[in-house]
Amino acid sequence: MSDIAENDFSQGTEVVQRGSLELTLRRLRRDHASMIALGVILCIILLAIIAPWIAAITGHSPIEQFRDTGLSPSGIPVGPGADFWLGTDQLGRDVLVRLAYGARVSLLVGVFASILASMIAVVVGVTAGYFGGMVDMALSRLTDLVMSVPFLLCALALVSAFGPSLMLSVAVIVFFSWAPMARVIRGQVISLSRQDFVHASRSLGAGPLSIMVVDILPNLTVPIIVYTTMQIPNSIVFEATLSFLGMGIVPPTPSWGGMLADASSNSLYLVAWWMVFVPGTALLLTTLAFNILGDGLRDALDPKSARTARHLKRKPKGASKS
Amino acid sequence: MVVLEARNLTVDIPTEDGVVHAVRNVSFSIRPGSLFGIAGESGSGKSVMTQAMMGLLPNADIRGEVRFEGRNLIGLPASEMRKLRGGRIGMIFQDPLSSLHPYYTIGSQIAEVLHAHERISPEEARARVIDMLGRVGIPSPADRYDDYPHQFSGGMRQRVMIAMALILKPALIIADEPTTALDVTVQAQIVALLDDMRRDFGTTVILITHDLGLLSSVADDVMVLYAGHRLECGKAANVFRAPAHPYTAGLLRSTPASYKPGSELAPIKGRPPSLLATPVGCVFAPRCTEALPHCATQPPPLRVYSDGVESLCWLEKGAGTTAPVPPRAKATHHAGQIEPVATVENVHLTYQVGSFFGQKRTLDVLKGVDLTIGKGETVGLVGESGCGKSTLARVIAGLTPATAGTVKVLGRDMGALDASQWREMRRQIQVVFQDPFGSLNPRRRVGSIIGDPFRLHGIASGEERKAKVRHLMEIVGLNPEHYNRFPSEFSGGQRQRIGIARALALNPALIICDEPVSALDVSIQAQVLNLLRRLQRELGLTYLFISHDLSVVRHICDRIAVMQGGKIVELATAERLFADPQHPYTRTLLAASKAPPAPTGGKDRVLAETRQVAS
Repeated sequence: MSDIAENDFSQGTEVVQRGSLELTLRRLRRDHASMIALGVILCIILLAIIAPWIAAITGHSPIEQFRDTGLSPSGIPVGPGADFWLGTDQLGRDVLVRLAYGARVSLLVGVFASILASMIAVVVGVTAGYFGGMVDMALSRLTDLVMSVPFLLCALALVSAFGPSLMLSVAVIVFFSWAPMARVIRGQVISLSRQDFVHASRSLGAGPLSIMVVDILPNLTVPIIVYTTMQIPNSIVFEATLSFLGMGIVPPTPSWGGMLADASSNSLYLVAWWMVFVPGTALLLTTLAFNILGDGLRDALDPKSARTARHLKRKPKGASKS
Repeated sequence: MVVLEARNLTVDIPTEDGVVHAVRNVSFSIRPGSLFGIAGESGSGKSVMTQAMMGLLPNADIRGEVRFEGRNLIGLPASEMRKLRGGRIGMIFQDPLSSLHPYYTIGSQIAEVLHAHERISPEEARARVIDMLGRVGIPSPADRYDDYPHQFSGGMRQRVMIAMALILKPALIIADEPTTALDVTVQAQIVALLDDMRRDFGTTVILITHDLGLLSSVADDVMVLYAGHRLECGKAANVFRAPAHPYTAGLLRSTPASYKPGSELAPIKGRPPSLLATPVGCVFAPRCTEALPHCATQPPPLRVYSDGVESLCWLEKGAGTTAPVPPRAKATHHAGQIEPVATVENVHLTYQVGSFFGQKRTLDVLKGVDLTIGKGETVGLVGESGCGKSTLARVIAGLTPATAGTVKVLGRDMGALDASQWREMRRQIQVVFQDPFGSLNPRRRVGSIIGDPFRLHGIASGEERKAKVRHLMEIVGLNPEHYNRFPSEFSGGQRQRIGIARALALNPALIICDEPVSALDVSIQAQVLNLLRRLQRELGLTYLFISHDLSVVRHICDRIAVMQGGKIVELATAERLFADPQHPYTRTLLAASKAPPAPTGGKDRVLAETRQVAS
């Protein structure tokens, strides 16, 4: 019998087995939209990192008000020019520097809140899906409850009770964004725990915690990665909304939502278009990029996805030569 | 006179990993009214080939020519193809449940086929459908016209599919593994029905199957495919009498059905090649027992023999008929009293079914089962799906508590264990699952899967565990260097070895094998069965072996229990059960399992012609 085993492995060496990570990267690299989105995200991260250097080069701090150079004699903000590359706001502050510092807040809140929300979602979803019965009933109704609370109203009430702060914004965002993902995870866990390999583990004597962590969790990496990526733009927009309403980041700390709020106050955007255009575009590009990347990741991680099949059909020869 | 003729048909399918050469340079012709069998293991390209001919593979790159009623099917416009499908060529698929729409009645689904191809009034269509349902053997067809697919059994659904394929009286029917999903006794009925129907309607049938026994009983002509190549083709009687290609000969030898008492199965070593690679010589050369030195370097010629059999092989005389049968080391027969590992006494299992509002019903799955499994023996449990054999296994394993009766393993009552004792008992009973794909966690490495029993019972850790896992991998014939691979990198047979290694880890008193080979190809089945036997000899294991296939059970078991409707209807030693079946149900099962006839040799066969073919 051992000679048979030897033979099993001596063959098939001419065809290289690609690892799942390598295949995913290959698929992702073929998807131009995702690669552009990734580029945009890297640019914004770079912008957030180099914010102090931008402030140093332009010589403008994000909260300093240049009432002499940054405002026209009648008190109107100056437009983009040699001194202020992206113009100034109503108090004569440099929009570019504030944009760069605002990116820090947006990314921090977006990424941090999304990861926290995913963690809660995984714990709730896996527990509900694995145990079923009363546990599932209780957790699922809790999920329904969170999803049915009008989030903006509740957020405003909370902020007005405790006063605006960064931590409170993150807490509010996390509280309102874990529920949809928990539902998806729960569904996946229910179908996973009916699979043979879970039965196999149970028949070996594995306890519930071991099955959940060792057997089920690794099979959830794809939905977790995809949903966390898709959650980031939601969190960024949520934070901008809170800041726009004056309930998020406390002024004068720059944030994109706050900058948009500044533009809308006193209808300044009628004369100073850059005050809307610059933070608005940044917000749009960031959310769009994260959404496209999340979509691309889902297609790349799931080999059976429609887009991969379409891609192969379009160029049957070229795609397969490598 | 031919109905369908394929010439140099080649199908390439682009995938992520490269181009899969699914079918390479296959030619064949089918006589009208004949039953043409296509045999091959999974991945041999048999299904892909017929789908390509029917225009069902839009992504594939198809070359060559397929002539049907004077027209070339390759490159035919989609609208023309649609008229042919159903109208002139009918198809029957493997799984009758998923090929029928669950929301429409079977009658309306068959009538839809009529309406799509003919102008016909609803009454007339109904009459024709009812007539056809009656002809395929559905009792009281007029009443069952308005039933839904779930109200039919698997065999009845396949009859409905056959009625649907036949309703337009097509010239050709392609049946793709029509009986694989069915029970043995039903299989025989469906094949007989297909055979009758083709005689009644004069329809030509292409029967695609991996089951050589089935083909040998009905086919007029057979074609054996391997890795997309047509290795052998000819009249069924001639091919089965004396297979010309070593692959066909090897397949026949490794079928458990051709088992003779006192012999070990002769598996085909190795496993099928990857379809991504282009071999220089013969595709089968690496696994061939009769390979010549130039087999691996030069493409084989086509040998045409005097009796019409064609073989793609370097051997001039055809394959040798005598198999290199390894002598069977006779298992030590337990004389006298043997110590029981597990005893099952009058076990009942009853489920409460019925919805919240609906009527409560009780469903008796096990109705009083008695069974004793002695140390070192293999007890087979045979029966059709739904007879309760898997449930009984779960009860013995302690995964499902019995409603009544006692299950004792190693003298301890499984029903009276507390949580920690139950966990301890997990060490003593291990299960090898049927599905080698579903029973291994796809996201974990093989080393940690096999090491799980050690981890869960806190026996060995770190380097010690690693060493034990490597040792286990060696025992079951896996390369220990593949410790860090994922299950998806192994073939079906190798995965089943992983499952066996995991079951062996804690040196259990009883291993329950739940259909361990039914998902594997014939040549691989024999490898795994031989492995199980060898392990039993060397390690003194005790097996409870569950299968629906009598021939597999006969090969491996000392005693066989036949189950029907939640009861054991017959229990006897393997040889006595086959020689002298007592219960009528056992006789039905035995009659239904078809074995290919043993090759008798083709001494009168001479080589007529040798042709070089472009590969």
